[in-house]
Amino acid sequence: MNWITNYVRPRINSIFSRRDTPENLWTKCDDCGTMLFHRELSENLNVCTSCGHHMAITPRNRFEALFDGGIFTEIDVPEPTTDPLHFRDQKRYPDRLKAAQRSTGEKEAMLVAEGEMGRTPIVAAAQDFSFMGGSMGMYVGNAIVAAAERAVRLKRPLILFSAAGGARMQEGILSLMQMPRTTVAVQMLKEANLPYIVVLTHPTTGGVTASYAMLGDVQIAEPNALICFAGPRVIEQTLGEKLPDGFQRAEYLLDHGMLDRVTPRTEMRDELITITRMLMGQPPAVAGDLPAPDPAPEAQPPEQPDKAAAPKTAPKTTPETPAK
Amino acid sequence: MTNYLDFERPLAEIEGKAEELRAMARANEEMDIETEAAALDKKARELLVDLYSKLTPWRKCQVARHPQRPHCRDYIAALFTEYTPLAGDRNFADDHAVMGGLARFEDQPVVVIGHEKGHDTKSRILHNFGMARPEGYRKAVRLMELADKFGLPVITLVDTAGAYPGKGAEERGQSEAIARSTEKCLQIGVPLISIIIGEGGSGGAVAFATADRVAMLEHSIYSVISPEGCASILWKDAEKMREAAEALRLTAQDLAELGVNDRVIPEPMGGAHRDPQAAIKAVGAALGGMLAELEGKSAKKLIKDRRKKFLDLGSKGLAA
Ligand SMILES: [Zn+2]
Repeated sequence: MNWITNYVRPRINSIFSRRDTPENLWTKCDDCGTMLFHRELSENLNVCTSCGHHMAITPRNRFEALFDGGIFTEIDVPEPTTDPLHFRDQKRYPDRLKAAQRSTGEKEAMLVAEGEMGRTPIVAAAQDFSFMGGSMGMYVGNAIVAAAERAVRLKRPLILFSAAGGARMQEGILSLMQMPRTTVAVQMLKEANLPYIVVLTHPTTGGVTASYAMLGDVQIAEPNALICFAGPRVIEQTLGEKLPDGFQRAEYLLDHGMLDRVTPRTEMRDELITITRMLMGQPPAVAGDLPAPDPAPEAQPPEQPDKAAAPKTAPKTTPETPAK
Repeated sequence: MTNYLDFERPLAEIEGKAEELRAMARANEEMDIETEAAALDKKARELLVDLYSKLTPWRKCQVARHPQRPHCRDYIAALFTEYTPLAGDRNFADDHAVMGGLARFEDQPVVVIGHEKGHDTKSRILHNFGMARPEGYRKAVRLMELADKFGLPVITLVDTAGAYPGKGAEERGQSEAIARSTEKCLQIGVPLISIIIGEGGSGGAVAFATADRVAMLEHSIYSVISPEGCASILWKDAEKMREAAEALRLTAQDLAELGVNDRVIPEPMGGAHRDPQAAIKAVGAALGGMLAELEGKSAKKLIKDRRKKFLDLGSKGLAA
């Protein structure tokens, strides 16, 4: 086990030297409870290596894994009117926005970028659930419109990763109006005959599901993602009825004909490459025609707290897996 | 018999007294109460004007939901001729929360679609209180396609607390059905006019109201979430619905300022439920006006303008 001392050790050091606290070295899977080595978890795209549970991933981390070599260019999103209704509940809306900006380090709840994915030029948009529940306000609307316009201009497919609790209440009717508005954006793509692929991630609910997130040419979901219009609690309250196991989860929707596919995050990139290239009439992706990535260690699971628990979903190691 | 709202209690007392006096006078012909009763009438009228000239957003919600408010079927019966209901989504069922079909408005053939809440216990259950299931939105899509094919304007009457939050509705794709209905609204090359006659509840309303012209009755509301729902999420207390109604800016007047509502249709004093015929007449006049505004526009131009109208809703806001 030479590689542990030779390779893993310096990595641990490098993590210590970046101001991560020692507690952050291990993350407990919120599903199976396994303690997961931080680095291993992030290399597996925040999918539990023990049980396959999909934890949240930030749009930025997702893009780093999606685009070749982790390289992408952010697309500017026009700034909407901040706090259009002068909304105040127990807090002022601008204060809630600032708090979300501080905690996420992002400007708003959606990131839009262009770049190549398996040498396939694309535009991608990803919603950030950690930013005020990913809620759709005018900024998210602007982001989707900007993404669609850019995709049309460059004649590229748009891949959208949804995650939202719904519309942003603090923008009132103007958040609701993002439903038709983003639908117009989807129509721009359709009329340009460009693929619009939606990847629904946990959770995608409310007005977001009832607009752009359900209008894809291909609808893919991550395993066990909650996807619904009305949330399970609302339904249980309204009906006083117990809901079946797995209700409104990705697999349940697949069974009910509402999705094309349910695909693990670790296989998503390859699948998106395959699908977009076929829809764009491009030849199959050639594995291995990219600059050599960081080799060996990706194939080996680093030190684990519980060595007996064999990973069910090993990290994929195609030549296209970007080096980090 | 009037159903009084809680804030109308003082009014109910005065009107009750006037009625009592008149009832006594009917029993005893020697009594002369008319002067006194007329004074009470006058007082009641003044109070009504006072109450309704400054309705708070929450009170508007109450008026918008008033059980005696004219509903979709009342407007269809009074404003349209030859109404021919068309049913079903050709897939699963006919949703009675959504009524619609062919009809004539001032002799012009149109397609009319609307949410129907029902007016008594039996009909409310039949119409599921105006809360549509996916089949309702899919029926609407089908009717819009029919209208598009034969060049008929589409008129939608919106009155729903929201799409139905139920197990079957979710299983059959409530979100997708709403999304497709909104999408269809943006695709048809015929005039599309939407009138919010009571409640415009969230996505369930947008699915019909993505229109060339959106008009709202004076005391109707249109909102991303009900004030009660918003209060329970943001205030963690559903009883804070007054504050939430205020903050959400859901009144016809606020929405006109925000560019979402194109026209406020005046209601009779004391709300549409106090004089349904007057309310229906006002809606008819507004409808005629809006149809005239869109007359002669090509299909291409209609679609282009409609899309632009909604695309422009990314930079709006109330004045500072
Ligand atoms: Zn796990």
